[in-house]
Amino acid sequence: MDVSDSIVDHLRHVAALPNLAATRYELEMEIGRGGLGVVYGARDRQLGRRVALKILDSALAGEAQIIAQLEHPAIVPIYEAGALPDGRVFYAMKLVTGARLDHYLTGSPLLAERLRVFRRVGEALAFAHTRGVIHRDLKPQNVMVGEFGEVYVMDWGVDAVAGTPGFRAPDPQLDQRSDIYALGALLHFVLPASAPLAIKAIAGKAMQADPSARYSSAPALLADIDRFQEGLAVRAWSEPLWHRLRRFAVRNAVLLWLLTAYAGVKFLLFLLRNF
Amino acid sequence: MNKILAGLAFGLVLGAIDGASAWFYPETHTMIFGIMVGSSIKGMVVGLLSGWFAHRVQSMKWGIVVGAAFGLLFAFAVAATDTVNGQHPYLEIMLPGFVVGGIIGFLTQRVGTPSSTQKEEK
Repeated sequence: MDVSDSIVDHLRHVAALPNLAATRYELEMEIGRGGLGVVYGARDRQLGRRVALKILDSALAGEAQIIAQLEHPAIVPIYEAGALPDGRVFYAMKLVTGARLDHYLTGSPLLAERLRVFRRVGEALAFAHTRGVIHRDLKPQNVMVGEFGEVYVMDWGVDAVAGTPGFRAPDPQLDQRSDIYALGALLHFVLPASAPLAIKAIAGKAMQADPSARYSSAPALLADIDRFQEGLAVRAWSEPLWHRLRRFAVRNAVLLWLLTAYAGVKFLLFLLRNF
Repeated sequence: MNKILAGLAFGLVLGAIDGASAWFYPETHTMIFGIMVGSSIKGMVVGLLSGWFAHRVQSMKWGIVVGAAFGLLFAFAVAATDTVNGQHPYLEIMLPGFVVGGIIGFLTQRVGTPSSTQKEEK
């Protein structure tokens, strides 16, 4: 590449940058780029804080309105939406610092921590479903874990998105059950290889090809996670007897120790008396 | 179920079972009914106190400790007033009483509705 090429590239890059002169934002750097838009880090001059600016084609202006309906601790809040002189639309949102879920998992967090993060995603999804919004593209790349453990689900409900292979349900038309499939795929992704069979079964049930065989809702899936974490039988799996006994023993270990101690005491007294 | 009521029920059943275990000693056969009744009453008193404690404090560890302590205390009281062949059967009554008290303490923590203003401790 000679000097003129680099100048042309630079000019092309500058020309593609959004013109924010009429807004309160000052561009800082590009954070991410996808097929539907570009996310920049920017500075809000009025409030003196950093924000994330998503620049989209005007056809996707509805995305901001969809997310603005979703006020939830695990959904990135929208501060403002507007249009640029070139016709593109933008919206400003909270700038989340932290790691994408797939990067976060490389730190090998414990199963309980993985399930905590997953639960937050499930709660956000359950909330969105009550507002009639489906995510359409739930995947690890759309989940952020903040530096204080906060969890955010991003990139909600854009009609143009038809999901990501591996997370997209094989349904002809996307609906809430398709999100349940993606939630199951996300659970499967979050779980370590050594995860117990019961929790893997929950992911498996959520990922059934037949939508009616999946969980009916995100809360139903989360309820099965609760049962797993409390040491109870999960609905997704008809466990064998040995597994049921083992779960009973783990759940009632203290009681079994006390009963064993009682039997031991009685046996000891019997021995002392007779020998 | 109320924790105090649960304590009474568990104390009654476990006390009766503990009393019935005296059947393994032939000299007690003629008074097994009295032993079972006495042991049940002891169990119910321990269950009542353990249930009251569980109603106030939600802590499995302290529930077991307090239940075992009540069990030991009341087993001592029973052993001190009882004699077998002229001797007080401290070991034979206090050791099982201690463990049964611990079991009652555990069960009152696990079962029943706690107080809405109780203290919680892991």
